[in-house]
Amino acid sequence: MTDDSLDSPSRRKALGCLAYGGAGTLFVLAGGVFTPLDLAAAAADAERTARLGRPLFVQLSDTHIGFNKDANPDVNATLTRAIDLVNAMPQAPALLIHTGDITHLSRPAEFDLAQQLLSRINAGEMHTVPGEHDTSDAAVSEYFSRFGKASNNKGYYSFDHAGVHFIALVNVLQFKPGGLGTLGSDQLEWVEDDLKGRSASTPIVVFAHMPLWSVYEPWGWGTGDAPQLMSYLRRFGSVTVLNGHIHQIAQKVEGNVTFHTARSTAYPQPAAGVGEGPGPLKVPADQLARVLGISSVSVVKHPRSLALADRTLA
Amino acid sequence: MNLKIFFAAGILAAALCVGSDGAAAAPAVETIIQVSAKNFMFAPASVTVKAGTTVTWVNLDDEPHTVFSDAGLFRSSALDTQERFSFKFDKAGTYHYLCTIHPRMVGTVVVE
Repeated sequence: MTDDSLDSPSRRKALGCLAYGGAGTLFVLAGGVFTPLDLAAAAADAERTARLGRPLFVQLSDTHIGFNKDANPDVNATLTRAIDLVNAMPQAPALLIHTGDITHLSRPAEFDLAQQLLSRINAGEMHTVPGEHDTSDAAVSEYFSRFGKASNNKGYYSFDHAGVHFIALVNVLQFKPGGLGTLGSDQLEWVEDDLKGRSASTPIVVFAHMPLWSVYEPWGWGTGDAPQLMSYLRRFGSVTVLNGHIHQIAQKVEGNVTFHTARSTAYPQPAAGVGEGPGPLKVPADQLARVLGISSVSVVKHPRSLALADRTLA
Repeated sequence: MNLKIFFAAGILAAALCVGSDGAAAAPAVETIIQVSAKNFMFAPASVTVKAGTTVTWVNLDDEPHTVFSDAGLFRSSALDTQERFSFKFDKAGTYHYLCTIHPRMVGTVVVE
């Protein structure tokens, strides 16, 4: 990388000091290394911000339209706030990725409302994967009747954009004791085929609803057969794996693979292992916006580098 | 016979028999299994009923839950708080089920 690249060691060290600032944290990913950078600092440094380029995509997750319990009685309002945040970005993201739990109960009216709210977003085409809340209707048809076209109703599919190869995966349709997500052999075989013959220098973005790494197995926060998926991805120079489901940020870097979970726009969940189990976490109303948010990923100058930013709704 | 199964707080729940004499010759029995917000379990997690019994699951939790037979025999939609789902077990056998939203929640209905 050149000396102005955001992953140079000296800059990385400097930026490390700025991590976890007030407005949100920007993560710069280059060559598989995440570097945190305070968003306010990025905004104050026009030159550096310009290097971040056009946002490649914005990730929304766990909008849970239909949820109306104490943890957030108005999930429509917080999603609207998240959309306003995206619409206020200096440049519209080329893509919108929703990593599932679009709805809370898979009801038609919830999907309709979610689509109506999301239609306001100033971003390119929307790509989705289902969460377990989106496939909880008895016929498992509401999600697929709306979003199944991209995948011939399989749910998993891939596409290319700006030199980046995107792979959308489903890990909420097969159930194993212990509650971990499952990809299944058909889907894994499909991924293996999809990646065959691709250059190792192609940046890869994989997204699914449940974490594709073991965040906390006692609560089912992982995917049982993800190690096989990782064996197909390991040879690539830049792999970004995005998920939702746990309603909080967690991340891990393993070689050239960076794992990152997004916040929800609806309600937070407890940190892994804190309390008796996962579920909506009630926080004081004036603190809710600080624990909800969105992520965005930009192409950093060279197409091999991706920058990932998290912003809260506060 | 109707059997109601609540989604309930672990120890609390026991099978509740709601006897009601229907017009038919056989009396109806319902067993209730509950689920609580705290421990994510069906209670009772295992019930034994006679063939012809209707089992009803009631969600007492703030979280939605489903009832899904891993043999493909039955599948509820998401049950919101206080919503219920019933299935009549006509044949003897052991039926395992789980919640598709929280798959570590599992239960068994044994039909004699």
